[in-house]
Amino acid sequence: MAAHTPNPYPEISFEARMNSAEFRVHSDAHITLDDTHCRDCTVRGCITACPADLFVPTSDGGIVFNYEQCFECGTCYLVCNEEGAITWTYPEGGHGVVFHNS
Amino acid sequence: MTTADVIVVGAGPAGSAAALTAARAGKRVVLVERGPFPGSKNMYGGVIYGRVLDDLVPEWYREAPIQRWVTRRQTMIMTGTQALTVDYRTEAWGEEPYNGATAYRPDFDSWLADKAVDAGAELVCSTTVTGLLSEGGQVVGVRTDRPDGELTAPVVIAADGVNSFLAKEAGLYGEVDAANYTLGVKETIALPREVIDERFGVRGDHGVDIEIIGCTGDVPGGGFVYTNRDTIAVGLVLSLPSLAKGDVRPEKILADLKAHPAVAPLVEGGEVKEYSAHVIPEAGYDMMPEIVGNGILVTGDAAAMCLAAGIWLEGVNFAIGSGAAAGRAAAKAVDQGDASATGLSGYRSRLESSFVMQDHRRLREAPHLVMGDLAQKYLPAVACGVVEQVFQVDNPNPKPRLRKIVRSEMRRNGLRIRDAARDGWRALRTFG
Ligand SMILES: Cc1cc2nc3c(=O)[nH]c(=O)nc-3n(C[C@H](O)[C@H](O)[C@H](O)COP(=O)(O)OP(=O)(O)OC[C@H]3O[C@@H](n4cnc5c(N)ncnc54)[C@H](O)[C@@H]3O)c2cc1C
Ligand code: SF4
Ligand code: SF4
Repeated sequence: MAAHTPNPYPEISFEARMNSAEFRVHSDAHITLDDTHCRDCTVRGCITACPADLFVPTSDGGIVFNYEQCFECGTCYLVCNEEGAITWTYPEGGHGVVFHNS
Repeated sequence: MTTADVIVVGAGPAGSAAALTAARAGKRVVLVERGPFPGSKNMYGGVIYGRVLDDLVPEWYREAPIQRWVTRRQTMIMTGTQALTVDYRTEAWGEEPYNGATAYRPDFDSWLADKAVDAGAELVCSTTVTGLLSEGGQVVGVRTDRPDGELTAPVVIAADGVNSFLAKEAGLYGEVDAANYTLGVKETIALPREVIDERFGVRGDHGVDIEIIGCTGDVPGGGFVYTNRDTIAVGLVLSLPSLAKGDVRPEKILADLKAHPAVAPLVEGGEVKEYSAHVIPEAGYDMMPEIVGNGILVTGDAAAMCLAAGIWLEGVNFAIGSGAAAGRAAAKAVDQGDASATGLSGYRSRLESSFVMQDHRRLREAPHLVMGDLAQKYLPAVACGVVEQVFQVDNPNPKPRLRKIVRSEMRRNGLRIRDAARDGWRALRTFG
């Protein structure tokens, strides 16, 4: 869409949008990242594709990842181009995202 | 001693339909769901086509937790500043036997799972299946994250949705290619019921379903706006590889869609009630795994039985249709004491003779066409450009001929007649 379209309505902040969904966070991370692989990664698709914006590049070429507000969608492991970078499972039963109006 | 005759993993529409038919056939069924309640992990655009329920839950439309009956359907073709809308409405869809309805998945999935429980299935929530139990190449149960959480049964039905780790573990999937998937993101936006009625031109429990092409910028995909009782759903479907390649994040494309002159007046003043995301098996038939293994059947999104093709965004109906067939085939295999792939092969033949495989086979090219350049890049620009010129009155210049307008718009947008003809012919063969 054309970037010149002015937005006549205030957009909500990303944080507020994320806070609209419920997350029953488990103390164990269901997804883990070994970012030593990320340094060789040319694609770095996780950064733009994760709908929850949980992959944040660091200044030294690594990636910081946070699992708490994860939608469990699978996008990150599907777009990741480095074998072994992402270890992906579903959270323990009863935990993780809970939708109510979707 | 086995735990059950049939273990169904995932209480989405596919799993609940499978559990329902297997339990009705007198089998001991355990339905395992990782969420705290069925539907708690599930999101979608918002419209359920319920005809498929007619023989599972007679008169489902009297009791299903629906929001509105879709009596108005629009397809919007847009560029950044223009929109060309095909608008169809019929009162018939708001009466028996009904057509499509908007519903929240946490409500709908819970309701359908309850039907399976009424039929005798045992529903176990808050339990994640972590793997398969196998013996000599035959699946004989599942492992769960509960202490002592092994469950055994001659048949396991994988209804675990788009990422189906069970189908992958069973070796039923070939290579997994991100190009076969799209990401769905959506905002549920709260607005007073009367405001929705007024803006969308509907009354009572009637609602609107809008599918949008050309609203996703450089990322191939599409969009939608659906009305619920006192919320509207605004969302996008986005190609995974392009999203990964590009430098635009999903919520930015969504913000642009909400700001588009054709959409902004619909969402104005609304408050985001829930933001959600989920992956869709976009490529349908061409990405389907083996759906029958020794002791295992794969159904619904786990088997890529979702139709995502522009004017269609359907999966719940295919999930219910395939799930019901899986439950019946599983029950028959248990009765005959043969849960090998041969004993379970009735599943495939049931699907082949139903809308599930017939639609998917016939429309196998549709997802590729819809995600291709003609539909994504050229069609919106050329169609909107032509209509703008036709509707524009340029006196004192005389009116140009339509043929000339079409040619000049195609040229202006770099669409060659040869390419348009080729893709148009493919489209006619697929949709015609
Ligand atoms: C953005 C978007 C828009 C869509 N729009 C529409 C639409 O308007 N209409 C339509 O008909 N379809 C639509 N679809 C498609 C539809 O949502 C799916 O096709 C449908 O949900 C598939 O049903 P299912 O039962 O196969 O899988 P799901 O609904 O995904 O259910 C799978 C279930 O399995 C559970 N599960 C997964 N793994 C495990 C495990 N290891 N252990 C225990 N439980 C597990 C999950 O929690 C979930 O409840 C849309 C999809 C998306 C993403
Ligand atoms: S599963 Fe989805 S929401 Fe969770 S980290 Fe991966 S991309 Fe982000
Ligand atoms: S795509 Fe994978 S390897 Fe590349 S930066 Fe992201 S997580 Fe790391």
